[in-house]
Amino acid sequence: MTIRGQKLTLIDFVIFACVVAAIGYVAYRVENVLIYKWDWSAIPSYLFRWDEATGSLIPNLLIKGLVTTIRITFWTMLVASIIDVVLGIARTSSRLFPRLVSWAYVEFIRNIPPVPFLFLFYFFIASQVMPLLGIDDAIRDMSPGTKVVAELLFGPANLISNFASGVVSLSMMAAAYIAEIVRAGVLAVPKGQLEAGHSIGLSHLQSMRYIVLPQAVARVVPPLAGQFITLIKDSSLVALISIQELSFLAMEIAISEQRFFEVWIVTGAMYFVVCYSCALVFGRLERRIGVHRR
Amino acid sequence: MTDSETMIVMSGVNKWYDDFHVLKDINLSVRQGERVVVCGPSGSGKSTLIRCINRLEEHQAGSITFKGIELDEDTKNIAEIRTEIGMVFQQFNLFPHLSVLDNCTLGPIKVRNASRADAEALAMEYLERVQIPDQADKYPSQLSGGQQQRAAIARSLCMKPEVMLFDEPTSSLDPEMIKEVLDVMVDLAESGMTMICVTHEMGFARTVADTMIFMDEGRIVEEGPPEGFFNAPKSERTKLFLSQILSH
Repeated sequence: MTIRGQKLTLIDFVIFACVVAAIGYVAYRVENVLIYKWDWSAIPSYLFRWDEATGSLIPNLLIKGLVTTIRITFWTMLVASIIDVVLGIARTSSRLFPRLVSWAYVEFIRNIPPVPFLFLFYFFIASQVMPLLGIDDAIRDMSPGTKVVAELLFGPANLISNFASGVVSLSMMAAAYIAEIVRAGVLAVPKGQLEAGHSIGLSHLQSMRYIVLPQAVARVVPPLAGQFITLIKDSSLVALISIQELSFLAMEIAISEQRFFEVWIVTGAMYFVVCYSCALVFGRLERRIGVHRR
Repeated sequence: MTDSETMIVMSGVNKWYDDFHVLKDINLSVRQGERVVVCGPSGSGKSTLIRCINRLEEHQAGSITFKGIELDEDTKNIAEIRTEIGMVFQQFNLFPHLSVLDNCTLGPIKVRNASRADAEALAMEYLERVQIPDQADKYPSQLSGGQQQRAAIARSLCMKPEVMLFDEPTSSLDPEMIKEVLDVMVDLAESGMTMICVTHEMGFARTVADTMIFMDEGRIVEEGPPEGFFNAPKSERTKLFLSQILSH
């Protein structure tokens, strides 16, 4: 028997049988030991609900949560990139102090688990930094037109300050990891490339810009795509600090409806669809960039 | 102290890699139009010597001057000097993300502020000269080793350098591709280019060299015109080296 030109051997059948047996066993335990009564009837109404006022279907909690998750990921990636530009400049500085600070920052974040970091930073940012920035006042004074745009970009107006705190906390963590990826990408460009650039008279900055960075970008797209997908999943951490994204809302629905399996299976599937779609898009991008690599 | 024809002067140059003394009291002077071939066993400091001339490596003692300009920490000097000194590497070091043509035009456009049209015309002229004009739109990875090295030579020539440095240009090539690169180098030598070549191609050395230099353990052991160098080397170390590489 062959599938896609691959010959199937006995070991393939054994592995397949094991997987089927494992799934069957879990199903058996759930059905007969846990005696779990499946009830999916409540789920669809949490995805979309019928709005009597407008007479149309509108997104309900789970879809809203997913949109918040995507918003968080997008803004986190953006803010993290800005932090990374600063880190990168500090890291390549000829002065010792900026180098030391950026090194310390990266090591600090990479060696603390996200949960303590999130709690500490969230409460500091939410209670100290946000009032300082005056975000709440700014939102209150917004014209209705600006408010619509702001809500489209950042979610419900009353939660924007909370949302921003979550984004900043996540960005600070993501930036440290992205900085390491970019650094590895730059280091992976052979030294001879920089030397060749210098030898035709390019300055150090020009050599970096026209020779090293374009090649580094091609190298960092795959790990960066991985980091982006990790970020989508890690954004569920901000559920801990009560930001109403997908995991937070799923937790609330699961508890209030007492339908744990159903809610979490649907939630998991929603994450999967988003993450896998991103993986497919990045895969295509990677193949296009990788055409002329040595 | 230097007459108008002298281009490069190295005097009392010393260099260390940590504790390793890689260049020891190097004194060398290269005239305009002179063709110098540097040979010696691996690890003798040949590559380091020529890499010091365009300051890809820094020397720690002594002085190196190019047309009377001293090579020191002054970055403006270094950038200026590098535009006048071309270099060809053992590993080609073509830019893999740029076409052959763009490899050649990058320097003239960014450093010399040439227009794209002028830079491309210049690049095509030199690609003709190294006989790969039909490869201009390809990427380096699509070329054979010999073609890549010729493209690298064209890239250097596009800066219209006064001196060309060659760092073992044929050492990573398949044997059948060595000749096409050496032919280009002979052509370049015949056009009057000042050249310093680190190479083990002794046939090439005999054909073009005005001066042969033999290095061992960081020192210049022997220096002189090729007739005397090949037929009656003064030092025992040179004799041994030549007998080893010319025996077959």
